[in-house]
Amino acid sequence: MNWDVIIKWLPKLLEGAYLTLELVAIAVIVGLLLAIPLGMARASRHWYMRVLPFSYIFFFRGTPLLLQLFLVYYGLAQFDIVRQGPLWPYLRDPYWCAIIAMTMHTAAYIAEIIRGAIQAVPPGEVEAARSLGMSRGQAMWHIVLPRAMRIGLPAYSNEVILMLKASSLASTITLLELTGMARTIIARTYLPVEIFFAAGLFYLVMTFILVQIFRWLERKLRVDALQGR
Amino acid sequence: MTFELYGFGPALLAGAWMTIKLALCSLVLGLVLGLGGALAKTSPYRVLRWLGDAYSTMVRGVPELLWVLLIYYGSVNFVRTLGEAIGHPEMELTAFAAGVIALGLCFGAYATEVFRGALLAIPRGHREAGLALGLSRTRILFRLVLPQMWRIAIPGLGNLFMILMKDTALVSVVGLNEVMRNAQVAVTASKQPFTFFMVAACIYLALTMVSMLILYFLEKRANRGFKRSAA
Repeated sequence: MNWDVIIKWLPKLLEGAYLTLELVAIAVIVGLLLAIPLGMARASRHWYMRVLPFSYIFFFRGTPLLLQLFLVYYGLAQFDIVRQGPLWPYLRDPYWCAIIAMTMHTAAYIAEIIRGAIQAVPPGEVEAARSLGMSRGQAMWHIVLPRAMRIGLPAYSNEVILMLKASSLASTITLLELTGMARTIIARTYLPVEIFFAAGLFYLVMTFILVQIFRWLERKLRVDALQGR
Repeated sequence: MTFELYGFGPALLAGAWMTIKLALCSLVLGLVLGLGGALAKTSPYRVLRWLGDAYSTMVRGVPELLWVLLIYYGSVNFVRTLGEAIGHPEMELTAFAAGVIALGLCFGAYATEVFRGALLAIPRGHREAGLALGLSRTRILFRLVLPQMWRIAIPGLGNLFMILMKDTALVSVVGLNEVMRNAQVAVTASKQPFTFFMVAACIYLALTMVSMLILYFLEKRANRGFKRSAA
């Protein structure tokens, strides 16, 4: 093991780790915002409300993220309308493509988490809210969603960590996040074991920190106290 | 768009077959590793417990893509040394072998947790009953524990297999000719990226649906004799 090389390239790897965190943070936050209406529609009683989110979730959970990245980054360029459209400066930039693909991908998974959480809210609590004179919308906003947030939080934290790892795929569309940076350094140094080992350590540390943050959040929101029915 | 897909239809089908082979081989390796990991994690020996813990934590904390790259590019020196030792200096790890090792390693790490949960779900009394009947420890494992564990572990393993199926796409990065890689080759030749990646997406969706169906029957078979409790 050549430790000097690892130490020499540490600042570059840190730079990559920063981009990784940036990608993940944007994807899981925007993904959550997208997923709330999707999950609510998916949990709806009406079939015509469920069809669209169901197909969206089916597609994004049934195909690899790598493929979705390629579809956005390479695939969209096939259409002249896209190439001449106003969004082209964004859609040809790998950074925005990675963000779009990762956000849409994680939104599908988070929507399933939200659906499960909404359906796990005890029916008695919804009935209690309705019998107190709340409208359906009010019951959703004041009772079901806050309750579902707490039920879904542990699964959401899993999803965030999965996205942290999935973000390494952004390196395949030339983004220099942690894995991409490691591959670039290896192309210069020819030391795959050392550099990939260092990158792996970075991922482990980031995972560990994220787990701690979510643990703290779960304690803060008293998730365990509310799990009992 | 013709059905022949500019002559790339057969290549994509061959890619699909490679994806299936890769997934199944990784599954076998992963199941062995996962079972070993779970037994290590629940064993009475501290060293084994520590090893099992280290395995599942380390592997799960690092992206699958990094494992594929690390094993493919990182094994070059090691395999060459090994090859020289046995008189085959030209020996190298193929992309397929590297993919199987990397994906099996990742599957095994998650399967460790699934199997451990299933192991803990088997009542202590069953094992004690086996001991009281004079069965040996290995016999108890194979005749009592594993068959019961299987039933509890199937849904979790099924989810992991779906994830594995999609992770096979990562091996295209090191040049294995599976669906993704062949789609990329077709794109380079035909300049129709959206078409070919969409066809690849349909192949993955079809594979997912088929494995869902198989899992449904496996689960049904494993659960015969058990009534679903009223939830």
